[in-house]
Amino acid sequence: MASYALQRLIQSVFVLLAASIVVFLAVYGIGNPIELLVPPQASALEREELVRRLGLDLPLWRQYLVFAWNALHGDLGRSFVHGVPAIELILTRLPATLELVVLAMTIALAGGIPLGLLAGLNTESRASRLIMGGTVLGYSLPNFWKGMMLILVFAVLLGWLPTSGRGETVEILGLKTSLLTLDGLKHLILPALNLSIPNMALMIRLVAAGTADAKAQDYVKYARAKGVRPRRIVGRHILRNILIPVVTVAGIEFGSLVAFSTITETVFAWPGMGKLLIDSIYQLDRPIVVAYIMLATFLFVTVNLLVDLAYAALDPRVRLVGEAG
Amino acid sequence: MTPVPVASGDDTALRRRVLRRIASRPTVKGALLVLAVLVAFALLAPFVAPQNPYDLTALNVMDNRLPPGEKGMAGFTFWLGSDAQGRDMLSAILYGLRTSLLVGLAATAGALVVGVTVGLTAAQFGGRVDATLMRVVDFILGFPAILVALVLLASIGRGVEKVILAIVVVQWANYARLMRAAALVERRKEYIEAAVNQGLPTAYIMRAHLLPNSIGSVLVVATVSIAGAITLEATLSFLGVGVPVTQPSLGLLIANGFEFLLSGEYWIPLFPGLALLALILSINVVGERLRRSFDAHRH
Repeated sequence: MASYALQRLIQSVFVLLAASIVVFLAVYGIGNPIELLVPPQASALEREELVRRLGLDLPLWRQYLVFAWNALHGDLGRSFVHGVPAIELILTRLPATLELVVLAMTIALAGGIPLGLLAGLNTESRASRLIMGGTVLGYSLPNFWKGMMLILVFAVLLGWLPTSGRGETVEILGLKTSLLTLDGLKHLILPALNLSIPNMALMIRLVAAGTADAKAQDYVKYARAKGVRPRRIVGRHILRNILIPVVTVAGIEFGSLVAFSTITETVFAWPGMGKLLIDSIYQLDRPIVVAYIMLATFLFVTVNLLVDLAYAALDPRVRLVGEAG
Repeated sequence: MTPVPVASGDDTALRRRVLRRIASRPTVKGALLVLAVLVAFALLAPFVAPQNPYDLTALNVMDNRLPPGEKGMAGFTFWLGSDAQGRDMLSAILYGLRTSLLVGLAATAGALVVGVTVGLTAAQFGGRVDATLMRVVDFILGFPAILVALVLLASIGRGVEKVILAIVVVQWANYARLMRAAALVERRKEYIEAAVNQGLPTAYIMRAHLLPNSIGSVLVVATVSIAGAITLEATLSFLGVGVPVTQPSLGLLIANGFEFLLSGEYWIPLFPGLALLALILSINVVGERLRRSFDAHRH
C-alpha cells in the first residue's frame, strides 16, 4: 500500500509540473500584455520601466523559472490589473464558488438518488421511462441557455427571485456566506439549481443502472427469499452497494462542477472565482488566469489522488496491479 | 494478394437489422426527422432564409427589436422577431445552425482522426510507445474540457478554425483511449496472428484489419460526441472566446440576446436556444439508442 501511495504521489507531482509548463506557455507565450497595460500617453522610458517591473523582458524560460520558484513559495504572481497577489484575489472569491458548488452537489444527490432508485427498481414502468427521458433532456440543455431561461421564468416573468449577484451575506469565521440569510438563499437557489441539473441527470443514470444491476444479484434474491421487508432490501442491500460508485463519481464530478461554475457564475453575475477567471481573460490579466488554472489543477490532482488511494485501501486488486505494473 | 474482407456477411446483415430496428422506434424516428430538417435548413440557409442576416444593406435599424410576427418597415414579417440591429431572427438562426453544425462536425472528425491514429498506434506497438501516449491521454482527460478549451482560446484568439482546433485538443484523448482498448481486444484474435505470420507489413495490418474491425464502438461514441462538440462551441462562443461576430453560431446569437433578457425582449435569446436544444437533443437521442443497441449486441 505504501509503495502504491508513493508511486501515485510522485505521478501527481509530475502532472502538476507538466500542467504548470503547459499553462504557462499557453498563457504567456502568445500575445502581448504590454500593449494593454501601458497607457497610450506613456513615454518609452515609463514603458520600459513597467516591462521590467512585470518581468516581461526576460526570455520565456527565465520567466517560467521565476514563476515556478515563486509558485513553490505560495506566490503565483500579482494581478496586472488589480495590483494585488493573484492567489489572494482568487482565495477571496473561493468561498462564493464553493458555496455554489456544494449546494449544487447537495441538490444533485438529494434529487438524483431517490429518482435513480425509483427508475432502477422498476425499469419498465412509465415513471422510470419519464425519469430516464428527463435525464437526456437534463444533460442536453446547454448550461448557459438553461440559466438564462431560469432567469427569464423565475425572475423576469414571475418575479419571485433576483436575477443576479450574491445578495446579503453574513460573516462566519472571517468568511462571507449567503447560506444563512433569506436574501442570500434567494440569490443562491437559481445558480445552484442551474449548476446541479446535468449532475443530477448523471446521478440518476448511475443510481438507476446500479439499482437495476443489484436487484438481480444473489444477495438481494436471498434477502427476498428470507422474507426481508422490501423497504429494508432497498435501504440496506441495494442502496448501500450502489453508494460506493456514487461517492466516487461525486468526488470526481466536484472538479467539473468547479469548472462549470465559470459558466453559471457568468450568467448569474455570481462573484465567485469562475467569474473572476472570465473577467481576467477579457482583461488579459494573465497572472490571474495562470493562478486560477494552477489552483484548479492542484484541486483536481488532489481529488484524483485521494479517490485512487481510497480505492486502493478498499480494493486490494488495485494496489496489486499497481505494484505488478 | 487479394484483400481480406473486413467484415463477414453475417455481421453486415446484423448491423443493418439493428439499425433498421433502432430507426423504427417512435422517439428515435422523431429525433431523426428533427435532425434531418435542421440539417436541411442549415445546408439550404442561403436559399430558404427570408433575409441575408449579414448583408448590412438589407437591414433596417428602424426594425430593431420587433416582437415575433410583427411586420417591419418594408412590409416584411419577422416571424421570430428581430434583434437590436433589425436583423430577422429566423434568418440569423438558420445561418447560425450552419456555423454550429460545421464546427461540431469538423471538430468531431478532426478529433476522431487524431484519436484513432494515436489509439491504434498505442495498441499496435505497446511497451514504451503505449505508456507514453497513454500518459498524455490521461493528462488531458484529467482536466475539464471546458477549462482547457477556454484557456487555449483565450491565448490564441477567436475564430471558427481556432474553436475547431480547441475542441479537437480536448476531445481526441477520449477516442484514443477507446480505440486503444478496442484494438487491444481485436489484436489477440487469430486472424491478426495469421496476418502477422504471413509477413504482411505492420502498416497494412493496422489499416486493413485492426482499424475497420475495432472502430465500431468508437464511431458510436463519436455520434453522441457531436452533440458535445456543438454544446462546447456554443458555450465558448457565449463566453466570448468562440466564433467571431461576423460568423455567429447559435451560441453567439444567444449571448447577444443575453442583455435583452431583463428588458423583456425574450425572443432574442429564446429562439436560437430552442434551435440549439433541438439539435443537441435529437443527436443525443439517436446516439444514445445507437450506443445501447451496440452494447447489447457486443455482450
